Amino acid sequence: MRQSRWWSTMDKRDVIVCRCSDLTLADLEALFNTGYKTFEELKRIARIGMGPCQGTTCGPIVRSAIHRRFKEPIERIPLHRARPFNIGIKLGAIKEAADDES
Amino acid sequence: MNPKEARIVIIGGGISGASIAYHLAEAGCTDVTLIEKGYLASGATGRCGAGVRQQWGTRLNCQMAKESVAFFERAEEILGYDGDVEFKQAGYLIVGTNEEEDARFAENVALQQALDIPAEHLTPKQAKRLIPHLNTEGVTSATFCPTDGHLNPFLMTDAFYHAASERGVRFKTYTKVTDVRVKDGRVAGVETTAGDYPADVIINAAGGHAQLVGQMAGVEIPVQSQNREILVTEPIEKIQDPMVISFSRNIYCQQTPHGSFIMGRGDNRPSGYTTESSWQFLEAMAQTAVTLLPPLKDLRVVRQWGGLYNLSPDRQPIIGGTEVEGFYIACGYSGHGFMLAPVTGRLMKEIVLGEKPSLPLEELSLERFDGEDTEAYEQSVV
Repeated sequence: MRQSRWWSTMDKRDVIVCRCSDLTLADLEALFNTGYKTFEELKRIARIGMGPCQGTTCGPIVRSAIHRRFKEPIERIPLHRARPFNIGIKLGAIKEAADDES
Repeated sequence: MNPKEARIVIIGGGISGASIAYHLAEAGCTDVTLIEKGYLASGATGRCGAGVRQQWGTRLNCQMAKESVAFFERAEEILGYDGDVEFKQAGYLIVGTNEEEDARFAENVALQQALDIPAEHLTPKQAKRLIPHLNTEGVTSATFCPTDGHLNPFLMTDAFYHAASERGVRFKTYTKVTDVRVKDGRVAGVETTAGDYPADVIINAAGGHAQLVGQMAGVEIPVQSQNREILVTEPIEKIQDPMVISFSRNIYCQQTPHGSFIMGRGDNRPSGYTTESSWQFLEAMAQTAVTLLPPLKDLRVVRQWGGLYNLSPDRQPIIGGTEVEGFYIACGYSGHGFMLAPVTGRLMKEIVLGEKPSLPLEELSLERFDGEDTEAYEQSVV
């Protein structure tokens, strides 16, 4: 099987998968070994995708790692569930807007 | 038949199902299978506010909560869990804003103290000492219990999962129960998207979908599900220790050990199974939170979601058997299934194994709703 060189030669403890929650490829593979194998499960156990980027960075990386590990066709591996918001908005700003309407 | 050799199927892989699985296996049950349509904690457990409080208005709720707290305090040790379930006991501050609430608080605190729960009735000034950024305008009194707190729902479920697995429980995730087979008035098994499972005992711990599972067995459970919304902010340095809640203002709000603030409220919604997010919730939540806790105005909301409350007519859980022999239910927690999970597991173990119940089970039985309408008597619910 072909693998890109950086992936196969770098120490897995140095490959950052989720930079918001500081999770490495080694951490991810340890979680695979305990039975977790979807983004949604990994998110809840390791905070992947819960940081400021809300999964936009780690989503495709985790998908690729799941593909490599479980040999599932990549198009059949769902990305994470996208939830509001796209960017963080201050509670004060939301309150102000709501107060203005009423 | 020795009940410990019964083929037991648990429907639902939330905290209740996981705790029941652990307690049955720990007691020596040898054939336990848990079936979950998604992943563990994918329903209400993983969507909840994660609070654990002992400040209740009924004796039974106080007793169940107190016992659950004692379990959470030693959860890692009891379950042999390598990780940390992040149980943080920094108290619950319950804020009241009218005389009626003050009177109820006084009654509740007397009940709690009689049960050795260390709750106190506070003046607004005393409350502000606990949370300096609390806006006490309009606040008439508060109650505080220092041993209340919150813990991580995913990790707590994971801890039960590992302990139950080690004791032989089989977990079937991504497997949906499509029917419950009943023969001559007793359960025969379940049909699922991954084949049939014969069973002598079936335990319905399906949370927001419990009434649908009940219907599969021909059992009407008088509960309804409602979407309750919640949001989380970016993490910041620790500024708030206790969970703050208010029934009259309609809010609960905690700062997690991670640093983010989680908050929710309970707007009355039509019953159903949707868990969508709405701007109406967002606006009302921002207004309530910023008014009561002004410095939160500078925090950015990063995510919002919804989950299902499974509401019983009296806002107390339903734990026990049904008219179908071998079909048991643990549902109707009305928003408090997470915090009561240790007791849920123990009580269900006692029921299934025919042991002497450690709490008055008739108050939790399905039969209590027979006949006349029951009035909600647990008032202390957000």
